[in-house]
Amino acid sequence: MNGNDNHRDNHWLTRPATVRKLWIGFIAILALTVLADFGVEHHPLFGLDGTFGFGAWFGFLSCVVLIVAAKALGVFLKRPDDYYDR
Amino acid sequence: MTGSFIIPPAAVLILGGLLLPFLRGHARSAVLLIVPLIALFLVWQVPDGVALKAPFLGYELALVKGDALSRLFATVFTIMAFAGGLYALNQSRTTELAAAFVYAGSAVGVTFAGDLVTVFIFWEFMAVASALVIFSAGEGARGAGLRYAAIHFFGGVLLMAGIAGEAATTGSIAFDKMALDSVPRALILAGFLINAGAWPLSAWLPDAYPETSYSGMVFLSAFTTKTAVYVLLRGFPGTELLIYVGLFMVFYGIVYAILENDIRRILAYSIVNQVGFMVTGIGIGTPLALNGAASHAFAHIIYKALLLMSAGSVCYMTGKRKCTDVGGLFRTMPLTCVCGIIGALSISAFPLTSGFISKSMISEAAGNAHLQWVWYLLAAASAGVFLHAGIKFPWFVFFQKDSGLRPADPPWNMRAAMILFSVLCLGIGIAPGLLYAILPYPVEFVPYTPSHVVFQLQLLLFSGLAFFLMLGWLKRTLTITLDIDWLWRGLGVWLTRWADAWAGIGWGALAGAARGATAVLLGAVEHAHGSKGLMARTWSTGAMAFWMTLIFAAYLVLSYL
Repeated sequence: MNGNDNHRDNHWLTRPATVRKLWIGFIAILALTVLADFGVEHHPLFGLDGTFGFGAWFGFLSCVVLIVAAKALGVFLKRPDDYYDR
Repeated sequence: MTGSFIIPPAAVLILGGLLLPFLRGHARSAVLLIVPLIALFLVWQVPDGVALKAPFLGYELALVKGDALSRLFATVFTIMAFAGGLYALNQSRTTELAAAFVYAGSAVGVTFAGDLVTVFIFWEFMAVASALVIFSAGEGARGAGLRYAAIHFFGGVLLMAGIAGEAATTGSIAFDKMALDSVPRALILAGFLINAGAWPLSAWLPDAYPETSYSGMVFLSAFTTKTAVYVLLRGFPGTELLIYVGLFMVFYGIVYAILENDIRRILAYSIVNQVGFMVTGIGIGTPLALNGAASHAFAHIIYKALLLMSAGSVCYMTGKRKCTDVGGLFRTMPLTCVCGIIGALSISAFPLTSGFISKSMISEAAGNAHLQWVWYLLAAASAGVFLHAGIKFPWFVFFQKDSGLRPADPPWNMRAAMILFSVLCLGIGIAPGLLYAILPYPVEFVPYTPSHVVFQLQLLLFSGLAFFLMLGWLKRTLTITLDIDWLWRGLGVWLTRWADAWAGIGWGALAGAARGATAVLLGAVEHAHGSKGLMARTWSTGAMAFWMTLIFAAYLVLSYL
């Protein structure tokens, strides 16, 4: 798949310099959404959801847990994709 | 009952579908585009209450019965038929589009069915027509199509048994809210849940849908699971069991989608995930939750079809279907990429998209009902949706690596269908009042509060961060993930082969024994009757005369006795 080097262009979006700028922009936006918690009045329904930056840490942790859980399940349930065709 | 004459919207779509095989060229395109619009118009002519009745086996069938919930689902079904028809204008398979329109019409039929028998009739039409959509994709789809048909006919049997039991015990075939308090009702619920893609019989969906043509799955994604959501909304709102069934579907969909490599199978798992949100909402059962489930179904049909149109365009232009085979397509398919991203943001419930204004109603309802764990799990699942569909789909298809493929955007009609649904996704997200006005219950919900928006942005953007930080863990492999259907696709086949092998050995032994026994028997016969056998010997004349004399003597003696 990576053999088609002659097809390869240097699109501005894939240049390392652009990717670095995208990361910087992304991190800045992440920081802004968390900082917005200072200015926004939340109405926590339970307990945990009133903590600072709840959406941020809860979203991040949920994804980490889901990926690890999927990975663990995959150890048992993954098969080559021609498994049923043999 | 009104005195006015009602044309059932379902009949128009079904007849249009049956007409399609006889048409070519512009006439065919015209039917594909105009019939759904006529049906959409007719949907809004159906008044509240029973509008069309027919006697059947001593029962009065309510063939067309309208209310806000019916019209909401019928509206999105007919819009879907229109956009699907537009997207599939250049689909050369005659059977697929004819079946798809009969399928769409039957789905509309279910939404206007005023009694359980009418529900069942259209339910089975849907099963047959949708199976035909799958079979029309050709040889490769046959196995999956058979498995699909088997599961759905099994679901139909459960439903029929439930309806017969309900009619026998209550004497009524009315389709209203039911309490889960009898075996027949449990059977009806089970029949509904099979079509919703609920675990354990959910594997038919990711198994069969991705085997269809580029346009087939666009149709399939809309009708079967969402009519199931509709009948659950009408028949079993507030049934607590559905909260757990729904939450299981939500996480099942996420985990399997994370592991999947086939582009459209990722989206198939994500259908199960999204229907899980709706089923959870139905289980919560408050007016806000039911509005949330209904509006989420409406929004979902549009953004899921949009995602599948984007994925279908990639399949159509490249002939590839796996994440590992594509990548970097944003260069030459900019429109497909942008529309795919809009669909992906909508499914993730990003602010200003349709998913945000519908899904947040379900979460809010869980919070208002003090279902603490349900609320936390739904929030975690929202993050998971962004992970498995919101970023995963666009990233692996359009960015990721440069696959070297340089396909153009698809033909104009496919582009137009994608633009139409992108506009609807954003339009509903920006002006939710339009959708809120046609929901079954009055809406007092305000989606755009600073608190909601900030929370959702934090949740989604940090999910994005998790995705990119853990990209190594998410790398696609050439694998599938086993599901319950392994019992009949894997174990069943293995058992059959095993039984076959043993039957072969048994047969061999039996045949050997039979051959041995025959040989012994034939030997004995040969001994007596063979050319050198006792009975075949030539006798001398003297011996012959002796025996004849003896026989005559015996005869003489016997005749005097």
